[in-house]
Amino acid sequence: MPITYTSHEQVEVYRFSAPAAILIPLVAVFLQAFVPLRLHFFAIFDLPLLVVIFFGVARRNPVSGMLTGAAIGILQDALTPSLPIGVFGIANTFVGYGASSLGAKIDVDNMGSRFLVTIFFSIVHEIVYFTVARGLVDITLHWSWSHELGSAFLNAVLAVAMFALLDRFKQRT
Amino acid sequence: MEHLISRYRNLTILTILLFAQVLGLAIQVKRSSDNTPTRLIRIWAVDAVTPFEKGIVWLENGVRNLWRGYFYLRGVRQENRALKQQIEQLQIERASLNQDAEQAHRLQALLGFKERYISKTLAAQVIGSSGSEQSRSIYIDKGSRDGIKPDQAVITADGVVGKILRGVQDHVASVLLINDQTSGVGAILATSRLQGVLRGSPTGEVVLEKVMSDEAVEQGEKVLTSGGDRIFPKGLAVGTVVKVSPGPELFLNIRVKPAADLDRLEEVLVITDEELTEPAEAAGEHLRAADILAQRLPSIPDQPAPSNPNAPPPPTFGLKIQPPPNRQAPTPSAVSAAAKTGQTEAVGQASADRSPAKPKPTPVLASPPRASGDSRSAPLPSEVQPDSPKAQPQEPQPQPATEQPPQ
Repeated sequence: MPITYTSHEQVEVYRFSAPAAILIPLVAVFLQAFVPLRLHFFAIFDLPLLVVIFFGVARRNPVSGMLTGAAIGILQDALTPSLPIGVFGIANTFVGYGASSLGAKIDVDNMGSRFLVTIFFSIVHEIVYFTVARGLVDITLHWSWSHELGSAFLNAVLAVAMFALLDRFKQRT
Repeated sequence: MEHLISRYRNLTILTILLFAQVLGLAIQVKRSSDNTPTRLIRIWAVDAVTPFEKGIVWLENGVRNLWRGYFYLRGVRQENRALKQQIEQLQIERASLNQDAEQAHRLQALLGFKERYISKTLAAQVIGSSGSEQSRSIYIDKGSRDGIKPDQAVITADGVVGKILRGVQDHVASVLLINDQTSGVGAILATSRLQGVLRGSPTGEVVLEKVMSDEAVEQGEKVLTSGGDRIFPKGLAVGTVVKVSPGPELFLNIRVKPAADLDRLEEVLVITDEELTEPAEAAGEHLRAADILAQRLPSIPDQPAPSNPNAPPPPTFGLKIQPPPNRQAPTPSAVSAAAKTGQTEAVGQASADRSPAKPKPTPVLASPPRASGDSRSAPLPSEVQPDSPKAQPQEPQPQPATEQPPQ
């Protein structure tokens, strides 16, 4: 599997160095596992999801987007001992595919579009996650629109800042 | 066909990826049992993440200890003086409590209770969490090499935290918190003694279920572990009732605030060993308690020995514990021999388990033995200790101590 990603679309396509492509998701998963211990409210954020969205829209390649989503999701699943592996994997695969497909069609490099795209995919992620958890794993989850919208909004705010930071790791093809 | 696949390449790959994960999920759900080994990927992921977490926690503790040990020592002398006074006060209280505890142990032994005592705990540092709002679990820095096993209880000084999950690794274990929606703890309300099942909710709250709606439960009532789940020892603090409302069907919806701060866990204790023991009992003390009870409780008056061997047996002198029905009673001849030789295994070693299948033994106050041929008339083991002067088989007295009026 290539660790650098290119695209032949007309829109601007970026790739990432191998260390960045590997370490950014690992750091995101690590922070997601560690920070809520000290700052409990941080659990409302989903850093791995934001990384999936970021890589998806930057690479603009659906295959690499969904593979990245699947890999990060499964890593997240592996650190969630009370759930079977695959729930986050499926949700993030969808998001990776969607974000990269969307990124190939529209410009998602400005703050406003990043904000809206993150809100949209946060909700998509939660819907897929809940559907899989309820339908396939038979876990009773509580759905609250207010909570999900609030979470999506906060994730989008964080995404704007985080994407600006991660832009430094982009390399033009 | 090839044209179709190449045309819809992305969708095909997406379908394959999703199908593979759904298949994997289905296999896991179907095979999920206690014997399922831990997935290798979980081990890898935990191995990849936990060293960093341990490092950060170690660094954090180092900095904190440095600060607390060297820089933050203002007022320590005054605090030390206050603490010494507190220790003296506590020593006095402890002496009083010891007396009560000894008496409780004696009475417990008399009733044949078996209790589970926490005999060994292991302190562990919380180093990580699942990081997901849907799954509330944490990782601790102790594993199978340290004696951690699945289903061991995890507590703090404040109360119950959760239990160890399957898949304990060498130096890391995961803990399912009591506010996770898949967790369940046998609980009892401290005042009303109503039992229920404590479950986590999807929002991370803790709810006591299975309490009938016609029961009266008040806010502020303490919730303790009932011991019924065979994971948490009985009597540990779980939390406090904060809200009572009608729930589904005929049950109440009792919201409980956990005693332990589950959002800010740093160090926890894992109960690695529990003993199913009877309280420590010295023969002398044991008898003293029996004597005290015998003096304080009313007795059944003496009755003549029945001539009919099938007639109900005469009561015994002092306290007697009837063996539970599911235990095999000794034969009359064995009892008779035991009574003569003073063997302690003869009768009444009824240490009832707390399981419903084994009813608690009933202490009965009775008169002196008249016949040794019936198992139910045999004395308590402690009463037939040949070495103890109080344990000698007692002769029928015209005015036995048991006939004193209750005080």
